[in-house]
Amino acid sequence: MEDTSHPRINRRELLVYGAGVPVVAHCEAAPQETNAMNPAPVPHVESAHRVSLQVNGKARHLELDPRTTLLDALREHLHLTGTKKGCDHGQCGACTVIVDGRRLNSCLTLAVMHGGAQVVTVEGLGTPAAMHPMQTAFVKHDGFQCGYCTPGQICSAVAVLDEIKQGIPSHVTHDLMVRPMSSADELRERMSGNLCRCGAYANIVDAISGVAGGSA
Amino acid sequence: MKSFSYERARTPAEAAALAARAPAASRFIAGGTNLLDLMKLQIETPAHLIDVNGLGLDRIEATAMGGLRIGALVRNTDLAADERVRRDHGVLSRALLAGASGQLRNRATTAGNLLQRTRCPYFYDVNLPCNKRSPGSGCAAIQGSSRSLAVLGASASCIATHPGDMAVAMRVLDAEVHTIRPDGGTRTIPIADFHRLPGDSPHLETALEPAEFITAVTLPRPLGGTHIYRKVRDRASYAFALVSIAAVVQRDGTGRLAAGGLAARPWRTDTADAAMASGSKAAAEALLAGAKPTQENAFKLVLTERTIGAVLAQAKG
Repeated sequence: MEDTSHPRINRRELLVYGAGVPVVAHCEAAPQETNAMNPAPVPHVESAHRVSLQVNGKARHLELDPRTTLLDALREHLHLTGTKKGCDHGQCGACTVIVDGRRLNSCLTLAVMHGGAQVVTVEGLGTPAAMHPMQTAFVKHDGFQCGYCTPGQICSAVAVLDEIKQGIPSHVTHDLMVRPMSSADELRERMSGNLCRCGAYANIVDAISGVAGGSA
Repeated sequence: MKSFSYERARTPAEAAALAARAPAASRFIAGGTNLLDLMKLQIETPAHLIDVNGLGLDRIEATAMGGLRIGALVRNTDLAADERVRRDHGVLSRALLAGASGQLRNRATTAGNLLQRTRCPYFYDVNLPCNKRSPGSGCAAIQGSSRSLAVLGASASCIATHPGDMAVAMRVLDAEVHTIRPDGGTRTIPIADFHRLPGDSPHLETALEPAEFITAVTLPRPLGGTHIYRKVRDRASYAFALVSIAAVVQRDGTGRLAAGGLAARPWRTDTADAAMASGSKAAAEALLAGAKPTQENAFKLVLTERTIGAVLAQAKG
């Protein structure tokens, strides 16, 4: 069936639209050659956008199609394949990374929207030789089976403890005016955006509790 | 995802003006948590994206009227965590925290939350008719699986619901939506008038005109009372509401309430507000007047009454 969900752009709109496009070139890409005497009837739309990010403390410069999600930029362009693509629709949390101190679903955001951002992936939290306490805790408490959701779980968990420390309330926080604690109930609610098909949830809560309590 | 061109707006007025060049083909993008999902499914296929993240509309400020002005780009996490919101407009914090996941709330914005599209399964299935996605194609939901769908304000064209929680709390607080238009003119839309009922044009979901841009949402001065948001859903977390009730209840049992999950807009009636002191049965009857459920979602009427009952009991302490 034909999808007519959006009115077709008519010829006039297309021309108006085309005429405005150089703004893209102006703000994002190398200026185009313009000739005032012979302006191009349909300006060329820059397909590649330059994006500079700090990823795990390193400056990275990319030229990307604007459709590139932050997840695909990390995995396909920077070859940081620790971050996983699960559902690709923001439902499973496998793609969770920390951007400017906050966890987000990297599949549901465009890389071009994050110029200048500080991105931390599971590779940036620790290395096999020098693991982050949360990584150590997941190993100690057996917080995974197949491991596919684990990088997202770990990034999310690190950010969750920070959110609790900042006093950000959750759905299960009893009193909005009282600083939340890192109870098992709080951790379960705050981790609900990270699914684990193996069902390692109980051990994941133990691992995060261990770090929260300083006994990982 | 269909290809699109991308640019950043520098001011709200510029954002509206940029969109006005080709309103039907352009979309503003802020958090993108709903829009990009829909673009991947090719339910939304904009030719042009206008990134509005750099506009500085990310502050919450006190108003001269004693209320709060919430910038359009304030993230759901920040709005829920703001001390003034937690203290004086608790129902709004509660509603936000009942929605989505921590990751999504960190990105999703105040204006974007108001503009999120329905989660009707037939809107999402591009192989089936949907008057909202494809005007004139029909509604597969009315004869289909309608368990999650509307019981109030629906039409023969569409029985989709507004899926959000935040707007339900804003409805009970009598929030106002502030916008700027491509000509630079501004206006204020009461939240009661912001979401449209489907009628025979369910693809038109809000009172916004083409290219009109939301700059802020304001809350009037605090209402006092006990603030409650009760959400009933299939899972304990990270699921859309079957029914939700936002309520502000005063000591004498009077107050106001709005419901989510029942219609294409948060549902509130003066008659239900007036009936609250008489108990949940009276309030539910008043709120649900004119309800036309399907066989599959008639349970929502009973659930609404029971949820109001739970809210009123909680308010009594």
